[in-house]
Amino acid sequence: MYRYTDFDAAFLAERNQQFRAQVERRIAGHLTEEEFKPLRLMNGVYLQLHAYMLRVAIPYGTLSGRQMDRLADIAERWDKGYGHFTTRQNIQFNWPKLRDIPDMLDALAEVEMHAIQTSGNTIRNVTADHFAGAAADEIADPRPVAELIRQWSTDHPEFQFLPRKFKIAVTGSPNDRAVTRAHDIGLRMVRDAAGAPGFEVIVGGGLGRTPMIGKVVRGFLPEADLLPYLEAVVSVWNLLGRRDNKFKSRIKITVHEHGIDDIRARVEERFAQLRPAFSGVDQEMLAGLRAHFAPPAFREAPTVAYDAAYKGDPLFRSWADTNLAAHRAPGYAIVSISLKKQGATPGDASADQMRVMAELAREYGHDELRISHEQNVILPHVHKSDLPAVHAALREAGLHTANLGLISDIIACPGMDYCALATARSIPIAQQIATRFDELKLEHDIGHLQIKISGCINACGHHHVGHIGILGLDRAGVENYQITLGGDATETAALGERAGPGFSAEEIVPAIERLIDGYLALREGPQETFLQTYRRIGLSPFKRYLYPEARANAA
Amino acid sequence: MPRAFTPKVVTANALLEGYVIYLTDAGDWTRDLSRALLITDEAEAQLRLLDAERQPDVAVGVYLADVTPGRDGRPEPTHFREEFRRTGPSNYFHGKQATR
Repeated sequence: MYRYTDFDAAFLAERNQQFRAQVERRIAGHLTEEEFKPLRLMNGVYLQLHAYMLRVAIPYGTLSGRQMDRLADIAERWDKGYGHFTTRQNIQFNWPKLRDIPDMLDALAEVEMHAIQTSGNTIRNVTADHFAGAAADEIADPRPVAELIRQWSTDHPEFQFLPRKFKIAVTGSPNDRAVTRAHDIGLRMVRDAAGAPGFEVIVGGGLGRTPMIGKVVRGFLPEADLLPYLEAVVSVWNLLGRRDNKFKSRIKITVHEHGIDDIRARVEERFAQLRPAFSGVDQEMLAGLRAHFAPPAFREAPTVAYDAAYKGDPLFRSWADTNLAAHRAPGYAIVSISLKKQGATPGDASADQMRVMAELAREYGHDELRISHEQNVILPHVHKSDLPAVHAALREAGLHTANLGLISDIIACPGMDYCALATARSIPIAQQIATRFDELKLEHDIGHLQIKISGCINACGHHHVGHIGILGLDRAGVENYQITLGGDATETAALGERAGPGFSAEEIVPAIERLIDGYLALREGPQETFLQTYRRIGLSPFKRYLYPEARANAA
Repeated sequence: MPRAFTPKVVTANALLEGYVIYLTDAGDWTRDLSRALLITDEAEAQLRLLDAERQPDVAVGVYLADVTPGRDGRPEPTHFREEFRRTGPSNYFHGKQATR
């Protein structure tokens, strides 16, 4: 893991001291809210529906046990004993008091964490594949690159007042778990014909009001050109971006309006100017960062204990079948810990649960944890022989739900239960869907299915790229939920298609149930996933199930 | 024709805690919607809004929210957003509902 240098620590201490003084001046009445708001946003402080909210970055989703413990301490001391993990690898505390936030930031700084650029029109927290450094299918660990980008983008003087927010995601694997095609810039680590490392650079993706799948602006960018190229992209957009209209200010609109060829030409021209200024210091830094992310010393040991538990304990087997992923080291597994217990709030963990996960990471997981954009927690490096003990400890903490990738593993934004921008609630819909399919005992029969719920068109819940997307809207003063089908967040990214008229809060769960009945009837067999069925037959057969009354009326 | 004025309360979030607050008849703030001043006159609504905006040391994000007089004449929300604001989140017993 990356360890702060003296420079990092001093920078953060100074920044926190500045913010402490800004809070004091606001409370004393020397700053108006208008003056204070951009300052608090730069430090991750929002004012939400019921309280302030502090959004803390978890860069590229990586945490140590000590950091997770500190998040637990903060949740208990200054919040209500829990935290909410988000789709951008952040954690949000929903109930801080303004006076306490400087202390919370200092507590975070002690464990090398911060909330800088988790809001505002800046380059936001850099996200990455949550299986980075562990996945069997990985070409290279994206985290050194992500850390380089974090350092380059943090307090970058040219990019503090961008037209709008800017989000970058990196994956080192051909199987895209970082949703790179729905980011302002997505980076896919690839190799050229000669085997040299580089990136496919995707630009102009994004969800929200105008969802777009990103376009390839450079098929192969040599590794050493990364920062000048990123700087070229952001600076081209910084000048062209629509500051006149908030709804047209993201780079996806700039790319759409100018066309990818025009943007590419402008970026290449700017890149040619910038490239000579990068003397190679960035590459020396990158080499240094690689050492921080050296793989742990994997051990070679028999997996007898795992094999025995897998054979003898059906609960363990069910969990292992669902929540484990292939690790690059023999005898190891990647453990996904579900924060989606049926009926619970997606992405929430109590302070006690955080401590259990931290302890498991220390004892069995080389002291590493990851947060996924799917709002789960990952122990990336666990030897299989330790899995029975890990599972037993998770069971005691209520963290053993075996539903990764299943219908109850729902992404949901905070929605109108917390968010000031929301137009409807998300959380209760997620809770009800998960509870309902658990009652029906259909979850495993349905198989791989991603439901993603957003409580407004800003799409924090990624509904456009859910196999089933649900968008909560305010229709004439009543919560109304629109369904989209066929979205895909992976390397075969696609935007879902709107199924038809929306449903009320009472109707939405039965509608999803009919939709699933339809899928089970329409699929060619249990091996065909929902998305595969949708791609084979399209939207219209599903509409018969979603809108049976329309069919009856037509008949 | 201008739209007919509908009853309002002045509402905001408290600077220090962020909690939802409402303006009272006396010009101070309450966390309880039922104790808020129900305004039925448009001119008074604008004046009260100005008064509230002059208290930036207490209130953030001041606005007029639609309400309707309840059976006892006290303000009741007309929109679900205001219902959530006066209650708290639906997934935990936190916020205002827990302090009543």
